Amino acid sequence: MAQPLLEIEHLSLTRGGRLVLRDVNMTLYAGQVHTLLGLNGSGKSSLAYTLMGCEGYTPDEGRIVFDGHDLAGLSITARARLGITLAWQEPARFEGLPVGKYVSLGAPDPGRDKVAAALEAVALSSKVYGYRAADASLSGGERKRVELAAVYAMRPRLAILDEPDSGIDVLSLGEIARLIQSLAGGGTAVLLITHREELAAIADAASLMCFGNVQYTGDPAEARRFFSARCRPHLEMLGAQPWDAADPAVQAALASDSTARKEDRQ
Amino acid sequence: MTTTPRQHAAGARPGWAGEMESMLDAYREAGGDPEALKLPEVATLVVSANQVLASHEIPGIHMAAEPLEHGVSCRLVVDPGVKIENPVHLCFGLIPAEGLQEIIADFEIGAGAEVEFLAHCSFPNAVKVQHLMQGRIRIGDGARMHYTEEHYHGQTGGIEVRPHVQVIVGDRARFTSTFGLTRGRVGLLDLDYTLDVGADGTAEMITKAYGTGDDQLQVREVVRLNGAGARGLTKTRVAVRDQAVSQVDTVMEGNAPGARGHMDCTEIVRGAAQARNQPLVIVRDDRAQVTHEAAIGTVNRKELESLLARGLDEEEAVDLLIRGMIR
Repeated sequence: MAQPLLEIEHLSLTRGGRLVLRDVNMTLYAGQVHTLLGLNGSGKSSLAYTLMGCEGYTPDEGRIVFDGHDLAGLSITARARLGITLAWQEPARFEGLPVGKYVSLGAPDPGRDKVAAALEAVALSSKVYGYRAADASLSGGERKRVELAAVYAMRPRLAILDEPDSGIDVLSLGEIARLIQSLAGGGTAVLLITHREELAAIADAASLMCFGNVQYTGDPAEARRFFSARCRPHLEMLGAQPWDAADPAVQAALASDSTARKEDRQ
Repeated sequence: MTTTPRQHAAGARPGWAGEMESMLDAYREAGGDPEALKLPEVATLVVSANQVLASHEIPGIHMAAEPLEHGVSCRLVVDPGVKIENPVHLCFGLIPAEGLQEIIADFEIGAGAEVEFLAHCSFPNAVKVQHLMQGRIRIGDGARMHYTEEHYHGQTGGIEVRPHVQVIVGDRARFTSTFGLTRGRVGLLDLDYTLDVGADGTAEMITKAYGTGDDQLQVREVVRLNGAGARGLTKTRVAVRDQAVSQVDTVMEGNAPGARGHMDCTEIVRGAAQARNQPLVIVRDDRAQVTHEAAIGTVNRKELESLLARGLDEEEAVDLLIRGMIR
């Protein structure tokens, strides 16, 4: 069996006095699309930032092992140079930085043709966009595409894509799906955070996060069923996450969920 | 004495040709394209110290220049209703390491005219140089003027540059300007612009500077929206590092009904540098509105992390962000 590329072991993270990741365990393999599902506020983006090593996302406990390297203490740059990158859910805007330049930054071969190919992969013309600034003049959807093009050009070993579909029109979801499959086909492990069924459907594996914890990992279809059966009732019962762990209603819901899972296993 | 407009620089090789070559080199260093100065359809004025090396008029533009003891007094007039197709190229500079250059510039843009000026000010060898500019710009009703000024001050920081300009923007007229001092050292910059904007007129100023070493940057921009429906925007982008110091004072006055103004200042500070920004909003009419935004300090964390996630180290990423901001 193939060796895991990424192993997340017992990862916990506290931010602002709130436990946002609780004993997270996950494994990703090269060439695999692994989707991460969960309600808003369940900890998906926090996990993405923790994997990338962003400021304020140093775990309290647990470890992240990437291709045999423990990532503890490694800067974002060091992680990126190992082959990890992140496409932000709300990508930054860069005043005066041309789109073509931005896309070329992490590319092993930053030639004009490669940049053009990366932009074409997200249905952006390099002639139209290559010299435009990656700034506020781009629409949200255009900026998201540029972010994906930059990841695509980089050909990373692990691409963390935080809701690459948000702000993208429905008709373009197929293009995003093809780009993700192309990345995976080249050996990239893709951790795909999404709310869209259309994208979740291309995953090889799925994990479901709830209240900072991975509740289920396995077959994507089963994860979606689990999501409907468990997370939506939580939402209806408790309202939007993040929930306060000290709240008796939250404790009761989680306890009932834990009981249900034991029954499932039996 | 008023100079007679000369032929193009390329068209003659008189005694001042050597200095012209030096000025063209300096012009190139300031970001200009010397070839553009040779095109017959492009109006040009080249001033070195107190000498007019080249002055080329085209129909619709009149230039008169008079030497002063330490500089030149010049007057540029654009006829009313004339649309000048190509940018008018202005080149000011001083080649020696020491000296004083005073420029008194008077721009008169006739009603309904449209013109763009591209000015390059170059002091490539400055060790102890002063460049003082007193400008007056009058833009007639319905006219449009864009003014770009790029500076290059060499690498020693031994220069004092004081562009002080008053602009009157007529009714329905439009004035836009970009001032850039982003390559080489700044030395001491004391930029002072005052704009009065008439009814339904528009004024937009973009100022970009990058201070290093012990450079000192003082930027003062005053926009008075005096006419009904006048619009004003100042956009200031300054980066300072090492021991450089910047002070940006922007004043926007909403003095008439429907006037709208906005001031936008970003200053990035690195190392032991210091930056200060003081916006002042004055509104004298209850139907006017002026807003301001400022971000002073380190680079935006999310922008930085996005670049780090592509494998850049922090120095590379910060430099890219600064270069983009002042681009």
